[in-house]
Amino acid sequence: MKIALLICIMHPGPEKLITYFKKSKTCIMKNLIAILSIFIIVAAISCNQQTDTASENTSSTTSTPGGQENVNDTTSEKDVVKVAVSSPDHTTLVAALKQAELVTSLANAGPFTVFAPTNAAFDKLPAGTVDGLMKDDKKEDLQNILQYHVTLAAQKAETFTEGQTLGMVNGDNVTVSLKDGKVMLNNSATIVASVKASNGIVHVIDGVLLPPAKK
Amino acid sequence: MENLKTKIFAIAFLCLLLSLNSCKPKNAGTAVTGDAASKTYVPPGKYDELYNFVSGGFSGQMSVYGLPSGRLLRVIPVFSVDPEKGWGYSEETKPMLNTSHGFVPWDDLHHVELSQTKGEIDGRWIFANGNNTPRIARVDLKTFRTVEIIEIPNSAGNHSSPFITENTEYVVAGTRFSIPMDNTNGDVPINTYKQNFKGTLSFISVAPTDGNMKIAFQILLPGMNFDLSHAGKGPSHGWFFFSCYNSEQANSLLEVNASQRDKDYILAVNWKKAEEYLKQGKGKKQQVKYAHNVYDDKTHSAKSTIETEITMLDAKELPGLVYMIPCPKSPHGCDVDPTGEYIVGSGKLAALIPVFSFTKMQQAIANKTFDGDYEGIPVIKYEAALYGEVKKPGLGPLHTEFDGKGNAYTSFFVSSEVVKWNIKDLKVLDRVPTYYSVGHLSIPGGDSRKPYGKYMIAYNKITKDRYLPTGPELAQSAQLFDISGDKMQLLLDFPTIGEPHYAQAVPASLISKNSLKIFKIEDNNSPFVSKGEAQTKVVREGNKVHVYATSIRSHFSPDNIEGIKLGDEVYFHITNLEQDWDVPHGFAIKGANNGELLIMPGETSTLKWIPDRVGIFPFYCTDFCSALHQEMSGYLRVSPAGSNVPISFSLGKNSVPLDSIPKK
Repeated sequence: MKIALLICIMHPGPEKLITYFKKSKTCIMKNLIAILSIFIIVAAISCNQQTDTASENTSSTTSTPGGQENVNDTTSEKDVVKVAVSSPDHTTLVAALKQAELVTSLANAGPFTVFAPTNAAFDKLPAGTVDGLMKDDKKEDLQNILQYHVTLAAQKAETFTEGQTLGMVNGDNVTVSLKDGKVMLNNSATIVASVKASNGIVHVIDGVLLPPAKK
Repeated sequence: MENLKTKIFAIAFLCLLLSLNSCKPKNAGTAVTGDAASKTYVPPGKYDELYNFVSGGFSGQMSVYGLPSGRLLRVIPVFSVDPEKGWGYSEETKPMLNTSHGFVPWDDLHHVELSQTKGEIDGRWIFANGNNTPRIARVDLKTFRTVEIIEIPNSAGNHSSPFITENTEYVVAGTRFSIPMDNTNGDVPINTYKQNFKGTLSFISVAPTDGNMKIAFQILLPGMNFDLSHAGKGPSHGWFFFSCYNSEQANSLLEVNASQRDKDYILAVNWKKAEEYLKQGKGKKQQVKYAHNVYDDKTHSAKSTIETEITMLDAKELPGLVYMIPCPKSPHGCDVDPTGEYIVGSGKLAALIPVFSFTKMQQAIANKTFDGDYEGIPVIKYEAALYGEVKKPGLGPLHTEFDGKGNAYTSFFVSSEVVKWNIKDLKVLDRVPTYYSVGHLSIPGGDSRKPYGKYMIAYNKITKDRYLPTGPELAQSAQLFDISGDKMQLLLDFPTIGEPHYAQAVPASLISKNSLKIFKIEDNNSPFVSKGEAQTKVVREGNKVHVYATSIRSHFSPDNIEGIKLGDEVYFHITNLEQDWDVPHGFAIKGANNGELLIMPGETSTLKWIPDRVGIFPFYCTDFCSALHQEMSGYLRVSPAGSNVPISFSLGKNSVPLDSIPKK
């Protein structure tokens, strides 16, 4: 254990290895031998440890990544994620949910109300917006936007009221208005269809809701 | 000289003591070898290899463990109420515990038996016996729920039950206590046992497709105590073997008085012959009273019917139906090996284990090698049916299971051990201590034609210092052994619920693939179902008020109810609208002295509630169902008797502004 810790401290980063390489051959050799021998020791130790654990554990304890989305269940009603996945009009949303690592949460018990912008709704955003948000360094921004489309409590379309404020999962609010029997959100997106899910309800909307700018 | 003798004797005695001491079971620390942990370790998220169905003894329930981990997966309520599942509390399940004596909330479950086809476990049902108020239950392994319970008339103490024939044609029940028959005047002096007390064996047919049970016939026998039983298989299919004790016919201090004779009996019953006699009309109809309770997964409710007739076959009048084989000293276990040829009787007080041969028994019957009769039933000569004896196997043999490799495993209560012996040569091969006082044993498929033979589980009666103490009452225990090698290896020791009597185990795949996830709401035929919130309502019928309500994450519909009056009986019919695996909802209302509900997805359950005072009664969901579980609640208003508050109910209609409420 102590040796392993030592290695962690001594282990040269890639940059350092390059500098080693630039040094004299003997130096490289010396270092390589030192490194190799340490590697061998570590390998031997971890090898021992592996045999020990192998005799005690029939298989590894590492669990599969993710959560309830991995449950093999074709009997139950679809959850909000599976509803989105099964819709050809929501491929952008599904890809975004995956990139934002929200699938596990949305496969949980809920109850959720999910406003699900269609692919066309995402296409209405300025060119390059979606591609930009899908980049790894923009994950937080993407999460913020997507969480602005989810609220706890399964609310049916007919129960929304004029001026109602919905507290969204990201912490910001959405304001409801009713126009010609349609439910509008922030005066920018309209509910065009609703699908009941096992853990809530999915309202298909024709626009993407943009959270207020951060203060 | 005398002194020397004493000295020699003393030394010899000391030596004996020392040698006895060295025979003592090793403690568990040394009994468990290094790889035991790896053999029982099931990583998080992985499944066990086997289901182990274990009787809950005096708890009246059956528990389900995973093996080899010993993890408790479920307790299936059978003969006792179970608040965790609402069993015996909801109006729908109350009829399941009905008997000819009325509602019995707590019984004693001793043995379990998985259904078989062609002598192999088929994974469809598991049967259990109710020992006190005699009954047999059938549990459906799709839902892990008790779906049928049939009471056994002319019986008291249903112990030698619920063993089955190799295609589950019959499940049997043999009375532990002989008693005056139900259709006779039972008001007789107890010491007229010999004249007035009779024993019966019951054969309950099981319908091949839906499993429905029916008492096909009973066999009338002299008064004695029937203990355990097992069906013939293969060549002995068509026969059933029952052990019995108290052939002395004692009615008091059985501890002493039922242990007088050297031998009691194993009864060999030719049930194919019984079927012939029935066809010939040799059965006599008897008027009796017994409950037959059936649970329907479509209506989500049980119906209890009182049946009034059975057909009795009198053994002493019907030749060839029953034979008796002498068996030493109050036999308990009566076990048939996988080939169906050998029948092992375990005399609780015997110093040997007799093994009977089915072939020899048939020859003895053909040649009439009898040793007289017992109250009109022919007794086969012991030697004529005997294959051989296992000599000095241990003290207090109880039960035997088989590994399918020619070996038998017998539990010994008094010497607290399991002994492995070879069926052919009757030699003892291995013995292991148990902690402590083992009763039943189980090898997966160990009483079928095809044992799984990898593990053996011993079920112990006494635990004392095996676990952290929990006051005077301690959990009983199960001990898992690896029997894949020549020597039995102790792997694991786990506590059980109630007292584990018989248990069975089966490879998980036979059952897990059929397990139901949800009840389909469209198939719900409950007369009280609400298939959606739009159907919910509150209906007054005289002083009965029916609340047709639904639950779904995270609210009840309706959740505001008014117009209930003191003197009303309120029935909450709650339908769980969820169609999602593992999302039950609970229902509880303040002051309910009848219980609560737990409702599975797609199911309808009813709670009867009689308000005892005027006021506002909150109700809520008791099973953490969702992020807004704490919000899943409602209010019910109770007004005085004679109040004119009309029935009303709503969901989502909130408080009127304070200033609009008229002042009183």
